[in-house]
Amino acid sequence: MTQALDQIFVLTKQWLLGFVPASAQPICSAILSVVPVLIGFPLLFAITTWLERKGLGRLQNRYGPNRTGPYGLFQPIADAIKSLTKEDIVPLTADHTVHFLAPVLLAAASFLGYAVLPIGRNMVLVNMNAGVLYFFAVGSVVELAVFMAGWSSRSKYSLLGAMRAIAQMISYEVPLVLASIVAIMQAGSLSTVAIVDKQAGYTGIWPHWFVFTPWGVVGFALFMIAATAESNRSPFDLPEGESEIIAGYYIEYSGFKFALFFLGEYLGMFATSGMAITLFLGGWSAPFSFLTWIPSYVWFFAKLLALIAGFIWIRGTLPRLRMDQLMSLAWEFILPMALLNMLDAGIWHFMPAGVLRWLVCTAIVAVPCVLLGQGLKRNKKFQVRTYQFAK
Amino acid sequence: MTVTFLILAVITVAGTAAAMGLRNAVHCVLALTVGFAGVAAIYLQLDAQFVGLTQIMVYVGAVAILAVFAIMMTHTPLPAKPPTYSSFWLLGSVVAAAVFAVLAWAICSSAASTQGLPPEPEVSVQQIGDALMHQFVLPLEIMGLLLTAALIGAVVIAMDRREETK
Repeated sequence: MTQALDQIFVLTKQWLLGFVPASAQPICSAILSVVPVLIGFPLLFAITTWLERKGLGRLQNRYGPNRTGPYGLFQPIADAIKSLTKEDIVPLTADHTVHFLAPVLLAAASFLGYAVLPIGRNMVLVNMNAGVLYFFAVGSVVELAVFMAGWSSRSKYSLLGAMRAIAQMISYEVPLVLASIVAIMQAGSLSTVAIVDKQAGYTGIWPHWFVFTPWGVVGFALFMIAATAESNRSPFDLPEGESEIIAGYYIEYSGFKFALFFLGEYLGMFATSGMAITLFLGGWSAPFSFLTWIPSYVWFFAKLLALIAGFIWIRGTLPRLRMDQLMSLAWEFILPMALLNMLDAGIWHFMPAGVLRWLVCTAIVAVPCVLLGQGLKRNKKFQVRTYQFAK
Repeated sequence: MTVTFLILAVITVAGTAAAMGLRNAVHCVLALTVGFAGVAAIYLQLDAQFVGLTQIMVYVGAVAILAVFAIMMTHTPLPAKPPTYSSFWLLGSVVAAAVFAVLAWAICSSAASTQGLPPEPEVSVQQIGDALMHQFVLPLEIMGLLLTAALIGAVVIAMDRREETK
């Protein structure tokens, strides 16, 4: 029974495929796999916008949306209707073709990453040999879409926003990939399915997730920081800093094109969170051995929602970073820590299991982390800032 | 010659041709990116996953962005200039056709094209990784050293300029 519930989507697909002739089965199989992803994650996006506004409202001691439906639950529907009926304004001097293509490319590229995410047992669109590489390759297309949006609008604000966004994305792509390498090293494969399989199994009731190792927890933390920066979310939301450059690279977009940017940003956030779950949090596996009767996809989405809650919490808590702080964090702290973490994962691999391994590997990452933090703090002077141009 | 290959070939050729023909430099880069993506898709279609994905990562993700940045740093968005045709266009096309003919002749008369296709080797990403880490580890390290030196050199150049302006 539990197994049937776990495999219900896979079995339904196979049952549906039985109705089509054999020649049409490959294409029907692809459609039946892709369409749920194309529907499910935008639906999650709609729910997340509501959750985010409610959560931020709670953090800021206000109500959040509460006019449409119970607890404002229909707010996403109202937003969708609003953005669909709004006038689509294109600046007169804008480059019309590129201006139109940018949001399309962004949304399409954001969807591509989901092809290699295992969202449940036997539930992955493509079990690619080089799955993680594919994920980061399609992620880099987003930068191009951001540039197209910023450049084609012919607006200084959007160009500045695009420049900031690309600089930030390129800087944080390095630590993002380096942080994920430890999981690839331990699994010995670039395939997402193999990485999840490597984390299967339990000792007592505890799972063998990579996050429960010294290098895993550091790698996870670095990955999540870099993922926050990659998806341009607070506290790394300089590209769209409202008080500085209004809305960044999508300032000249309105109506549904703006909604597409919004969608692409959230889909990117879900995809990188899903990759973090796959690499460090055991993918779809249950957190305790006695909870394995709950279907695998439920665990995936539970972990995803937990990470989203973390993103919302951080957004409501931390102030925005300055450009130099953003860059120094990436190059002076995250990058050295990621390199050290790779060394740590190697040592962990070759040391015999036991308490000593835990102590040594924890010391290797914890001591430099503290020292590096202290050292970086020493050069900074914390005092009341004097502004040159704004008194 | 499958339908997929034909579609990808048309996309690649159209993209690169547009990169040469368009007037706006940024449009040219974007068209060239389409060509890069088409080449990557052809690699992927040939089951060369590592090469195909690296092509996307390096060319679409890095080289295109670099080109775009270079254009924007050096070139103000002036109204597009009329296309400048070289007066040697006839001679140029003759030379191009001759080069193409020589290359095509060399490929067609080579042993590889007459003896049929060799059996497809099964190359996985794991094998490429093994080869890089065991057999070719020294070239890999030297490349890494070179790139690090280039990176440090770039930082040094950037730092020097800042001190001058102070």
